[in-house]
Amino acid sequence: MEGELSVIISGFGGQGALFAGILLCHTAVLEGKHTTWFPSYGAEMRGGAVNCAVNISDHDVPSPIIDKADAVIALNDASQEKFENKVKPGGFMIINSSLSHHKPKRTDIKYINIPLNELAQKLTQPAFVNVMALGAFIEKTGILKLESIKEVMKEMAKTVSAKKAALLPNNLECVEFGANIIKNQLVTV
Amino acid sequence: MAKVLVKGNEAIAQAAINAGCQCYFGYPITPQSEIGEYMGKHLPKLGRTFITAESELASINMVIGAGTTGTKAMTSSSSCGIALMQEAFSAMCCAEVPGVIVSVMRGGPGLGNIAPAQADYFQALKGGGNGDYKLIVLSPSTVQEAIDLTYKAFHLALTYRNPVMLLADGILGQMMEPAEFGEYPYKDPDVSEWALSGANNRPARNIVSLHMPEGAMEELTNRIFEKYALVAKNETMYEDYMLKDAKLVLTAFGSVGRVAKAAVNRARKMGMKVGLFRPITLFPFPDKALHQVAQNADMILDLELNKGQMLLDVRSAVFGACPVEFYGRTAGGLLTPDMIMAKIEELYKKLDNTEESKAGVR
Repeated sequence: MEGELSVIISGFGGQGALFAGILLCHTAVLEGKHTTWFPSYGAEMRGGAVNCAVNISDHDVPSPIIDKADAVIALNDASQEKFENKVKPGGFMIINSSLSHHKPKRTDIKYINIPLNELAQKLTQPAFVNVMALGAFIEKTGILKLESIKEVMKEMAKTVSAKKAALLPNNLECVEFGANIIKNQLVTV
Repeated sequence: MAKVLVKGNEAIAQAAINAGCQCYFGYPITPQSEIGEYMGKHLPKLGRTFITAESELASINMVIGAGTTGTKAMTSSSSCGIALMQEAFSAMCCAEVPGVIVSVMRGGPGLGNIAPAQADYFQALKGGGNGDYKLIVLSPSTVQEAIDLTYKAFHLALTYRNPVMLLADGILGQMMEPAEFGEYPYKDPDVSEWALSGANNRPARNIVSLHMPEGAMEELTNRIFEKYALVAKNETMYEDYMLKDAKLVLTAFGSVGRVAKAAVNRARKMGMKVGLFRPITLFPFPDKALHQVAQNADMILDLELNKGQMLLDVRSAVFGACPVEFYGRTAGGLLTPDMIMAKIEELYKKLDNTEESKAGVR
């Protein structure tokens, strides 16, 4: 897809919000697009709140700092609260409804509620909610190809330890399933 | 070579390695710790030297030691860490010892916080050390430029025998974007004329920063300042973005430069004649070029993540050619495209009004 898109990915430390952003950027690079990744950084720890802002564009991305994003992926309840007002009007929010039960506050954006923890854990062990969310995001926006992110994951698996590389099939399954959730309209959008 | 996705801090470290940096001395501090981590991982494998020093004071003095032998060496730190190195910078300039210092600014004053800021412009440009001296200061705004300017930093340090500072901030240090490393593009000068290499078969030399005989220190300082004039003549760099017909000219350095560029793009789409003047070398400051730009502009808006530091150099360069406004946030507060845009609209309206009133007089 042509165009440009910004997304904030947020969750608690350990859910892989920052890594999901890096995966998106690598995928953008693979497709020859311009991209930036800017994280919250420093004093975060496992369990604390982390987020990153990702821009993907066919043109040069001047500012890694964004005011409002086209989309927000909220992997936990605190993320929904923190970033609900950061979505541009007409944008959307993917919410991990396994961990977040807040009532939507806005009427000018779309909410995509996916029980990511339940679905991922049913699918594979260990499960990857971050990657499943990415699958849904890619399918929903069409900004990148599902095949490209799979390619990136396969390439990455070659550069990590055997223990981590063994998790590649789970990751591939999760990202594919995430895309199918949107494609097959398994959730109301 | 293809573009790779790389974090600012790691890009600087890899570029330093490509530039032939033989020694890294440093002490960890957010938001630049990845530089030391990267060096620790890669330099020993290449048979080069990596030392986690006991303090920033030790780091920079180790750089002096390596520098006196003509060896390419660097340290990196952030705000309060760089503060501890000031005495050594002055000594290096006096003794003409090359070295590269990477400063990734965070919130201050004091220990401050770990968020991005640009409040160490004065620290880098206006001293802290004693005496008449100048660091050559390079200010990258993208990861690609961080790589290119790291290469340049090593080359300039040896060429002019002066410490060179790469002045980045937490945004650039922490962000990732695609960039290309290429190869170190410079041919460095021969150091055998001055480097301390052991006095085997040649008279002994020393490199000192104490010059007691009457007139000696003034003579030396004058010579060093002739060198700075040469640096200004040969090395001044800036980015001209849509300046040709710009009525309102933004000035910004480093990361803020790129955020300002996003605002310029938006303003242009709305038909406003806005441009960006971005100094890339902060010393030498591109004052002549900025003065020319100011002569053709109606107003300058200086944007910084501090309370107005480069502003002094901007005003000095503009020298009354047009009004200069300032807009900044500090200590971790960020300027976003929306914020800059709001300020542009506010000021641009004033310009339009002025023109209408001018027309009325006619």
